[in-house]
Amino acid sequence: MASHTQDQYFVPDSSVYPFLCSIALFCIAMGGASYLNGYSWGPNLMTAGLLAMAVMLFIWFRTVILESPDYNMDVDKSFRMGMAWFIFSEVMFFAAFFGALYYIRMLAIPWLADTEILWPGFEATWPSAGPLGAELLAKGTPDTTAIAEGTKYSLVDPWHLPLYNTLILLASSVTLTIAHHALRANNRKQLIIWLAITVALGVWFLFLQAEEYIEAYNHLGLTLGTGVYGSTFFMLTGFHGFHVTLGAFILFVVLLRCMRGHFTPERHFVFEAGAWYWHFVDTVWVGLFIFVYVL
Amino acid sequence: MSHAATAHDDHHDHDHHMPTGFKRWFMSTNHKDIGTLYLIFSLTMLFIGGAMALVIRAELFQPGLQFVDPHFFNQMTTMHALIMVFGAVMPGFVGFANWMIPLMVGAPDMALPRMNNWSFWILPFAFSILLLSFFVPGGAPAAGWTLYAPLTIQGGMSVDMGIVAIHMMGISSIMGAINVIVTVLNMRAPGMTLMKMPMFVWTWLITAFLLIAVMPVFAGAVTMLLTDRHFGTAFFNPAGGGDPVLYQHIFWFFGHPEVYIMILPAFGIISHIIPTFARKPLFGYSSMVFATAAIAFLSFIVWAHHMFTVGMPLQGELFFMYATMLISVPTGVKVFNWVTTMWRGSMTFETPMLYAIGVVFLFTLGGLSGLMLAITPADFQYHDTYFVVAHFHYVLFSGAVMAMMGGAFYWLPKWTGHMYNETLGKIHFWLTAIFFNITFFPQHFLGLAGMPRRYADYPLQFTEFNQWSSIGAFGLGISQLLFVYIIVATVRGGKKATKEVWDNPEGLEWTVPSPAPFHTFDEPPVVK
Repeated sequence: MASHTQDQYFVPDSSVYPFLCSIALFCIAMGGASYLNGYSWGPNLMTAGLLAMAVMLFIWFRTVILESPDYNMDVDKSFRMGMAWFIFSEVMFFAAFFGALYYIRMLAIPWLADTEILWPGFEATWPSAGPLGAELLAKGTPDTTAIAEGTKYSLVDPWHLPLYNTLILLASSVTLTIAHHALRANNRKQLIIWLAITVALGVWFLFLQAEEYIEAYNHLGLTLGTGVYGSTFFMLTGFHGFHVTLGAFILFVVLLRCMRGHFTPERHFVFEAGAWYWHFVDTVWVGLFIFVYVL
Repeated sequence: MSHAATAHDDHHDHDHHMPTGFKRWFMSTNHKDIGTLYLIFSLTMLFIGGAMALVIRAELFQPGLQFVDPHFFNQMTTMHALIMVFGAVMPGFVGFANWMIPLMVGAPDMALPRMNNWSFWILPFAFSILLLSFFVPGGAPAAGWTLYAPLTIQGGMSVDMGIVAIHMMGISSIMGAINVIVTVLNMRAPGMTLMKMPMFVWTWLITAFLLIAVMPVFAGAVTMLLTDRHFGTAFFNPAGGGDPVLYQHIFWFFGHPEVYIMILPAFGIISHIIPTFARKPLFGYSSMVFATAAIAFLSFIVWAHHMFTVGMPLQGELFFMYATMLISVPTGVKVFNWVTTMWRGSMTFETPMLYAIGVVFLFTLGGLSGLMLAITPADFQYHDTYFVVAHFHYVLFSGAVMAMMGGAFYWLPKWTGHMYNETLGKIHFWLTAIFFNITFFPQHFLGLAGMPRRYADYPLQFTEFNQWSSIGAFGLGISQLLFVYIIVATVRGGKKATKEVWDNPEGLEWTVPSPAPFHTFDEPPVVK
């Protein structure tokens, strides 16, 4: 067992998982870089790394869960602070992409349109896939026209799937809060029902998001390669979707633990951490809905 | 400030046996061992990055191409910077943080010890990837450490390896920073209010905040590079509506706070050494704290002074010029406080104090050349010349690295239980300080005369200053072998260090025995 439980502080036992996780991370990174450069062993190395990472994190988290009855309130507070600062780092990650969107839309595109010599006929509008399509159309030879026609695209209608997704995510924040109140009131049945609804709403969101992507690729001509609009659109919504996946997975694990009788009305750090994370992805979505879809 | 309960010295009965071998060094949850690992890693990287610097200086000893081809030269400048910034300076300060913060705030360990170990162990693997990139087709990244688009869009596989390595370093830094913040905010001994915290703790608290705020932004920037390279996005491609200057903005939004990430902990170390050897409390403690916070705040709104010549609107140039010049106010407050701490002090000049005074003097020179660079019209002449190279080596080597060396001599007796050889320490200081100035002072003149950075060759008229610089660089590099010798000799033996080591120094770390036992502050000390 862990050392120093009799004192005020808790210092955990030594653990091999951080070291093994680092090796797994090495395999993921090295495998990924090789994969992108056409080495046949790249995907294998990356998959091995991802699997190893999943297994290691499973065991590591399991250790922590088994130890958690020994944790005192100081450890609980450290975990809370750690999670809060982690979410702050995620906020800054998204800030980089929102900042890129702002810069491209408000500054770069107008400046590009000002350089008449470089891109004649290019006008500053948003959305924009850049001057290339317009230039190719102006050249007008059959093969370039085909490419230029390929840069034509239409937008996702914000008042259809994205609106549903907004309502779904906002509703999921409410259901999650109801579950949290149930946990505090020690009403386990309500807790499990509302948490399950939250996870289901998250999955539904992801399903609709996938449908939106398929529609964009197959019917709207909007892809990751659709100039800078496609880049910002898919990178912002894509990273958000990835975070929703992660958040839904966290809540799913929390749900399984609730069903096994974990957590007490007083001590349920992981539930709250997952809830904070969920509210964070929810907030990011509201930003996306406004700045990417509507405006 | 602090008179700790010393009762914990004599009851170690409930201590676990200290682990050995693999378990001790690879599975550690002990802040001292992890701190030692960080410091050894940092020193190793200092020599690898230093060797690359010597390749650069050997090539530049005379005009023409002597030893390496220009492409390899570019790989050297790029990798030297990446390794020194992310491998030597940042992990070095994290090593100091690991060793000293729990001792200084009276905590038994870092708040999240296993994550602490993970933060460290990511680094050797990240740098393995970065160094392996020398062996892929096309060689290592050669676009400069800033990895500007579009050069990095065109580079080979090594750019991808650099990007994934940076992602790993970012994960490591963010976890390390979260650990520092949580330790400082949650693990302080009873009675240690925020405004009673030692300066090193304060500077690291603010540094950790900066790290969490900007490392993810850098991750975003290199992610955009990666998708531009492989997935058809157009963030930095004007044909698709993007802009390569966007990369520079995002990069420097990270890059400028990064500069303070590398210098604030150095300020903290200096603020410990000077009071000890001037035998006076630090002058203006609270102004020191607020100056640190002011520098951190300003660091977020000055980034574009790295890109004055990129073609920004005039309003932008003016805003970033004035904001940058504002930084000299809180920095001036710090220098004033250090000098005033020494004023009428009962000073002695042991090795750490020599380093501290050297840092105050030489860092101030670097600060003043920074002020020159901040002036937009003047920067149009200095931009991307050796003047910039001289400037940032004055703040990064004679600021950050020499502060770490001073800190190492200052706390080495506490870490090892032995006194280092004072004569050799002083010799090391003078060799380092003199050779450093021989290396980098002439580069000011080279830059003002118009020699651009990152070229493997130069016109004849720059030869003499370059030769001074190259001779100094080799002297500086060889002198560091003495540093390693002193450290190894101190670890292996030497005069026993007392608990206090120095003449009545302030701080909880001096209330525990030397060497600091494996576990300290199992019961929290009480700070009055």
